[in-house]
Amino acid sequence: MPELLLELFSEEIPARFQRRAADDLKKAVTNALVDAGLVYEGAKAFVTPRRLALTVNGLPARSPDTREEKKGPKVGAPQPAIDGFLRAAGLSSIDQAKIESDAKKGDFYLAQINKPGADAITLLSAILPKILTDFPWAKSMRWGNGSFNWVRPLRAITATFGSENEDPVVIPFTSGVVTSGQTTFGHRFLAPAAIKVKRFDDYVTALERAKVVLDIDRRKDIIRSEAEHLAFAQGLTIIADEGLLEEVAGLVEWPVVMMGRFDPDFLKLPEEVIIATIRANQKCFCLRDAGGKLAPNFIITANTEASDGGAVITAGNERVIRARLSDAMFFYNGDLALPLEHSLPKLEDSVFHAKLGTQFARVERLVKLAAEIAPLVGADPERAKRAAMLAKADLTTGMVGEFPELQGLMGRYYAAAQGEPADIATAVEMHYKPLGPTDKVPTEPVSIAVALADKLDLLTGFWAIDEKPTGSRDPFALRRAALGVIRIISENGLRFPLKVDADLLAFFHDRLKVSLRDAGLRHDLVDAVIAVDSDDILQITQRAEALSALLSNADGQNLLAGYKRAANILAAEEKKDGMAYSGAVDQDRLVGAEETALAFAVDAVHASVTNHVAKDDYQGAMAELATLRAPVDAFFTAVMVNDADPVVRANRLNLLAKLRDTMHLVADFSKVAG
Amino acid sequence: MTDRPAHMDPKNSFQGLILTLQQFWAEQGCVILQPYDMPMGAGTSHTGTVLRALGPKPWNAAYAQPSRRPKDGRYGENPNRLQHYYQFQVILKPSPDNLQELYLQSLYAIGIDPALHDLRFVEDDWENPTLGAWGLGWEVWCDGMEVSQFTYFQQVAGYECNPVSGELTYGLERLACYLQNVDSIMELNFNGGSGDAKVTYADVFLQNEQESSKYNFEAANTEMLFRHFADAEIECRAILAKGSEGNRQTMAIPAYEQVLKAAHNFNLLDARGAISVTERQSYILRIRELAKACGGAWLQTAGGGAE
Repeated sequence: MPELLLELFSEEIPARFQRRAADDLKKAVTNALVDAGLVYEGAKAFVTPRRLALTVNGLPARSPDTREEKKGPKVGAPQPAIDGFLRAAGLSSIDQAKIESDAKKGDFYLAQINKPGADAITLLSAILPKILTDFPWAKSMRWGNGSFNWVRPLRAITATFGSENEDPVVIPFTSGVVTSGQTTFGHRFLAPAAIKVKRFDDYVTALERAKVVLDIDRRKDIIRSEAEHLAFAQGLTIIADEGLLEEVAGLVEWPVVMMGRFDPDFLKLPEEVIIATIRANQKCFCLRDAGGKLAPNFIITANTEASDGGAVITAGNERVIRARLSDAMFFYNGDLALPLEHSLPKLEDSVFHAKLGTQFARVERLVKLAAEIAPLVGADPERAKRAAMLAKADLTTGMVGEFPELQGLMGRYYAAAQGEPADIATAVEMHYKPLGPTDKVPTEPVSIAVALADKLDLLTGFWAIDEKPTGSRDPFALRRAALGVIRIISENGLRFPLKVDADLLAFFHDRLKVSLRDAGLRHDLVDAVIAVDSDDILQITQRAEALSALLSNADGQNLLAGYKRAANILAAEEKKDGMAYSGAVDQDRLVGAEETALAFAVDAVHASVTNHVAKDDYQGAMAELATLRAPVDAFFTAVMVNDADPVVRANRLNLLAKLRDTMHLVADFSKVAG
Repeated sequence: MTDRPAHMDPKNSFQGLILTLQQFWAEQGCVILQPYDMPMGAGTSHTGTVLRALGPKPWNAAYAQPSRRPKDGRYGENPNRLQHYYQFQVILKPSPDNLQELYLQSLYAIGIDPALHDLRFVEDDWENPTLGAWGLGWEVWCDGMEVSQFTYFQQVAGYECNPVSGELTYGLERLACYLQNVDSIMELNFNGGSGDAKVTYADVFLQNEQESSKYNFEAANTEMLFRHFADAEIECRAILAKGSEGNRQTMAIPAYEQVLKAAHNFNLLDARGAISVTERQSYILRIRELAKACGGAWLQTAGGGAE
């Protein structure tokens, strides 16, 4: 059966777009094939820096003939309706339509339209250019005189269709200025000559001979195993880095792995600095020795087989790394010579924000705030103050000046180097965290105190000058700061009421709602436990979780139904009467077993729930509420609230009010759906 | 690779590197321009790139451009960083289909043998916010070191580029260090000479680095720089107004020269630490608005394709 081969040959595709592009190509083409009535057996997409390829096998030579039935108007319908039907169905006379009978509706016209199948090549010559025009590249560009967009300039298109036993045909189309054909090219340096292509099998073979490994996962495997061999030979292990491996596989068509070295003297630098430099700047892998220490070696992934075995390439990479590490060493030594606190006066020259003053002023605020927070989180106030004082000192160091992403990390190293206690050094690094929803959260009390101080100062400061984040702009990362506060409190189980103004508290509520929803809690349950003045994040979270547990079983769901019934009745009657029922139930006016039972149950549960809530035991409170299910059900089955006797009626309404108020001790059930 | 005398070989001579690149691109049909005679931060800011990239007219040029980045000054003590260095700039408009091949051949011409070196195109999308310009392309890596920026301009001065220009920017000092196998820019052999005839990069530029770093970081009169920035801004708009004749502009280039002044003054102020993090964005926007106005003005001239 025929197969389709498609290759889009271009200038180098960014590594981070490659895998997704292969998936997108496969999806777009196979969807279009199915829509056109062309079934297929299998499809696979491939990507290298210079080509995006797809093979689809088991296609038919034509799409099948189809028959479509189009329902028309009733027999005897007005002429315009019949004319419209003839037009839509492509018929010239109503005699061409069948008449069908429907028992209920009578006779109506039915058109049977035969659609002959189309030649697959013809279909593909329309399908493929449209896919290229609509291709969802995150970033694309024009080139030369053209207006066609592609991720990078498109230089050749191979598009063939045919079976094993014949010479395949080129699917004819043009995208921009590139016309489809059957010519591709091998490795840019090792085998750049043109290659005539027929089908996938010869294509893959020819590419391999031309030093192109088409499959990205195979390139990753080659890199990984060759790197491991080189490492093993030196008694070293690679520091695993899946992200880097994926990236590097997108930078080569013919991976060749080699090992370089740097001067062991550079190992005096913090490990993170070395790894960041080698990994991020050079895209090389780092290694550890048998003892787990960072080794003075690195793994290069080149895109060529050099005639000297790679000596020049290795020397070149070693040169660059030597220069970078020398730079880092120069700054590191310079910074170590100066105690951190001596850098503090320089912060007076650094403006934090025009309306919020200098970094120095901010540090003064942080010291004060950290001292206030410390007792609430179990930290020593003096140590929290010292940590806050040093927290931003590394911003003026040479190392952080050259490598701003190392802020905090260098502060920790310098603090430790000058003999600060471990928890203070740790706090200098950890106070920035968490930097995102999956980043680590500080867990030591001094770190927590400074982290909270840092984020709260940021938020209250920008709120005070009315620089709040909008839907599209959050240049000071205030959402991240608020989420950080929430995570620190939640993951450390801290009782930490947020003493901030109402507008900022509302912002925290928004972030908390998002965060709880992302954790799987229903949005209406979250709304039910956040009141305008709820300032205790942990309490809100615990309530929401307990509420969710309550409503996950039959007791809770039925109780909710009973609550809603009570609330609806109350609302209606309160409106009629023009007054609110206070919940003061007169025991002597209770009539009947169910009413009495409910009254006593509500009383008892109200008291015990109040107790549980006072102890922050929301699970216990919810369990108590659940016991109301039975008496509430029984009440509604047996009792009519709107009794003829106004006193009895009023008493029953008060009972419903008391039930409602009892449930509201834990959550605003009126916000719960269902 | 052509045979050339030792003192002209890029492996031994910094000026040999520049001359070889000039020759190569001249052979491709480029106009070899001289550096623009005003301080600027990058070769792109030369009228030969930023203005010529706009409008429909074809244009192929190459030139060395001294680039001034006051903040990068290190008093000549850092082996890799200077406040004044040379970029080699090439612009080909419309971008030819074989631009990558031409670029690679230019590397072979200066002595980088593809059989020995690992050359890769690594995604990097260039943008210059002060010029309102951006494009897609790559950093070209040679054995792990960035040697060039390779960009297809999509927009310049806020205008879509049609046709698209291909821009190549070589970092000459860094490239030369690699070719000459020295670890510090100041050690570069400038003229390819030997013994007493040898002139090093330090002989030529060390004093400049020391003096200019001192000026940029310690002495520049910031009050004057702020004033000059404001003057340039006002004069730019005044020139455009005076030069406007209906839908034609008669002074786009002089107006753009004021943008160069404003931008350089901004860079000096930044090096002096006179511009806070929050103000910097507003200065960049001001320069960009001037650049955009000049870009639009250029399009109303013959060079920009106006009839």
